[in-house]
Amino acid sequence: MTDNTNSTNEKQQFYRKKHKEEMKHHVLTFAMMIAFTLIAFGLVLAEVSPMFTIPIIIVLAAVQVLFQLYYFMHMNQEGHEMPALMIYSGIFAAVLTVLALTTIVWW
Amino acid sequence: MSTTARKAGFGATLWDYLTTVDHKKIGILYLIGGFFFFLLGGLEAMLIRIQLIAPDNEFISAQFYNEVLTMHGTTMIFLAAMPLIFALMNAVLPLQIGARDVAFPFVNALGFWLFFFGGVMLNVSWFVTGAPDAGWTAYAPLSIFSEGHGVDFYAIGLQIAGFGTLMGGINFIVTVVNMRAPGMTYMRMPLFTWTAFIASVLILFAFPALTVGLFLLTFDRLFGANFFDPSMGGNVIIWEHLFWIFGHPEVYILILPAFGVFSEVISTFAKKRLFGYSSMVFATVLIAFLGFMVWAHHMFTVGLGPIANSIFAVATMAIAVPTGIKIFNWLFTLWGGSIRLTSPMVFALGFIPTFTIGGMTGVMLASAAADFQYHDSYFVVAHFHYVIVGGTVLGIFAGIIYWWPKMFGTMLNEKLNHWFFWLFFIGFHLTFFVQHFLGLMGMPRRYWKFQGEQGLDLFNLISTIGALFMAVGTIIFIYNVIVTQTKGQKVSGDPWDGRTLEWAIPSPPPFYNFKQEPLVRGLDPLWVEKMEGDGKIKPAEPLGDIHMPNRSFVPFVMSLGLFIAGFGVMYQGGYWILAVIGFAITAGSMLYRSFKDDLGYHVHKEDLEDEEGDGSNG
Amino acid sequence: MADDMLKSTNLPQNPERATLEGRNKFMGFWFFLGGETVLFASLFGTFLALRNSTAEGPAANEVFGLELVFIMTMVLLTSSLTSVYAMYHMKNNDPKKMQLWLGITVALGFVFLGFEIYEFYHYVNHYEFGYSTSAFSSAFYTLVGFHGAHVAFGLVWIIGLMIRNAKRGVNLYNAPKFYIASLYWHFIDVVWVFIFTVVYLMGKVG
Repeated sequence: MTDNTNSTNEKQQFYRKKHKEEMKHHVLTFAMMIAFTLIAFGLVLAEVSPMFTIPIIIVLAAVQVLFQLYYFMHMNQEGHEMPALMIYSGIFAAVLTVLALTTIVWW
Repeated sequence: MSTTARKAGFGATLWDYLTTVDHKKIGILYLIGGFFFFLLGGLEAMLIRIQLIAPDNEFISAQFYNEVLTMHGTTMIFLAAMPLIFALMNAVLPLQIGARDVAFPFVNALGFWLFFFGGVMLNVSWFVTGAPDAGWTAYAPLSIFSEGHGVDFYAIGLQIAGFGTLMGGINFIVTVVNMRAPGMTYMRMPLFTWTAFIASVLILFAFPALTVGLFLLTFDRLFGANFFDPSMGGNVIIWEHLFWIFGHPEVYILILPAFGVFSEVISTFAKKRLFGYSSMVFATVLIAFLGFMVWAHHMFTVGLGPIANSIFAVATMAIAVPTGIKIFNWLFTLWGGSIRLTSPMVFALGFIPTFTIGGMTGVMLASAAADFQYHDSYFVVAHFHYVIVGGTVLGIFAGIIYWWPKMFGTMLNEKLNHWFFWLFFIGFHLTFFVQHFLGLMGMPRRYWKFQGEQGLDLFNLISTIGALFMAVGTIIFIYNVIVTQTKGQKVSGDPWDGRTLEWAIPSPPPFYNFKQEPLVRGLDPLWVEKMEGDGKIKPAEPLGDIHMPNRSFVPFVMSLGLFIAGFGVMYQGGYWILAVIGFAITAGSMLYRSFKDDLGYHVHKEDLEDEEGDGSNG
Repeated sequence: MADDMLKSTNLPQNPERATLEGRNKFMGFWFFLGGETVLFASLFGTFLALRNSTAEGPAANEVFGLELVFIMTMVLLTSSLTSVYAMYHMKNNDPKKMQLWLGITVALGFVFLGFEIYEFYHYVNHYEFGYSTSAFSSAFYTLVGFHGAHVAFGLVWIIGLMIRNAKRGVNLYNAPKFYIASLYWHFIDVVWVFIFTVVYLMGKVG
């Protein structure tokens, strides 16, 4: 952080440009998410075989969530190593929990 | 600010502690709170043992026995062991990494008060409705059909205390990630910091499962939900899963910091660098990782099927490997060291064989086929007391004695400490060693009475006598604390010839801990300076203003609100007003907190220099 | 120092992480979200274990209507984007536009919550699908209700931030607060993505 007053303005301009580029990605991400949602709802409304539909919509959900995490929540930026570690640990524990509760309980 | 309040009256001191956000004072609060509940849980244990001193005893009623037994387990795990570990973490962790406070001092205070009010809530049940009586695991459907409000107190009290624990966990993770001093890399952190860090990570991922489990239990009991009611399609196994998804990591939350304490103690008093430091770190992480995949070994007899049982059995046995690594590393640290048999060291030496026995019975229990024999017998009781008392409790006491000078500036009497150790240690083995055999002979756990003439009389008698030894030992410890604190004889900042950063500052440390941020030049930084430098830690920054957080009464009020609301939710009807008032208090204090800018204040460097030598160093 | 915290000029690229307090909040909140993942996983697991336990009450494909859920999904997804816009303007140090976009986010949040309340009301009154009807209904209302409670909490939180900072600009003290509130809002959206997939779509498919 060795900025002096002359370069401050330039810096702010540079930041703005960067932010703007990011924002473009965000809008693109949003479009993809809407598209995925439409596909998921479409599959269900079209009454395609459940064996096919269920895995597909779960994958679509997972991808949407990755979009949220990496773009909307900026996990693609630097300085997110520990957050990523903890989120993935959380997902690990979450998957184990869901797996256990869907397989090894009595019905 | 707080240094001027040295000779303040009782009221001022009380106010000081009610509003403190200083991690050292919160550590002391946790110590007092945790130790109070430890004594309470111990009292309950004594009632259990007196009831079982002889066959067909009528010392206490069956219902009261169920309540005492439930509260003994719940109190010891949630209200004694956890807070005592938090006491050590608060008192030491920031000092060990060269930080001036934890990441969120306000949240730290909030975590304590939530624990405190949760614990009080649980114990209020004794006086209003009868304590929870469904065992500390509160298995459904027993807990669903338990009469009165006992189990409601369990669910809501633990819920409140659990929020506090979760906050504490997050706080310590962030503290370690963000607030290490210059040069304090991850692989230079003292092992206590490492284990506290990993235990906090476990808290973060384990407690939410308990939160959900307790919510489901509360909704079932109080709001007509059907999660655990088979006649409405509910499934009681869900509770067992959720409870143990939390419950098994919980035992590692309890034991890992104790491992950390022993690593510090053994390396200090063997006057050697810890053997296999990096493998110790690796083993800690591995235990935590595996600890999440073994919970169903508590449920072998549920009928999950041979495949599930085998997977969990193998995963459980795998944990013996990193634990074994640790045991050997401690032994190799001792090997060839110049050993000083101080009382913390004696605790550590007592711990190694005791914990190894507990680990051995653990592997026995892990074989799913054999577990059908051991399940719900006194063998299990013996096993988990060997690991929790032999590991966690010995670790906590070693830690309390070891860091007592750092926390209070005084030194507990070594002779009395040794008396305490030997009485407690012998008493412990008397109490629980015979319980292995009681279990193998077929005595089920949690039973109010046993019949005579079945070969169980003698071992039960021995067990009770052992418990008395432990009680006497604990009384000696209390006596020691009282005598030491009344004398108030000050000791130096480094009475044990320590190796880590906390021994480089006065005892007790000034409220800002480090006048200048320390520069860490290696593992065991103080030892490095003692060997290669002048024995003083180099500063990493010039003397400057120190930023400190403001004290606050809000955490207390916020927690009090939830405490009041809990009763409203429980009793409903006209008492809903209590819930409204309670939640309003909590929400109001949250709003107050977020609307009032809290920027902290600065201690000016001129004031710092004035206090030179004030920290009673020497 | 204290004055610097409240100054709104010359902000760095990531004002939410420029101070130690900010970095602490940022980290702590991410870790909290890691814990929340397990919390919702426990609720999802419970729901999945009980999704066919209807105990003579209505089953999933008898009650759920996809139209409303689709609208709710769109509303919440859009609110996620609007909160990204709010953060974009925060980083550009444009508090007026930030407040505007936050306002839109909050409005969408209220629309979502309104639909959810209507949905519950509709189920209870037209299908006799109450909280105590069956294990399935308890699990459904608890899971979706927990999400709804999160939305409600988020609304109060963001509105509180907007009111508190209505008369001042973005600074190093409040930037982390806005930022983690937006993280929270995205997380709510993440959970909803799984709710509409696992609860409604899978419920409809059977």
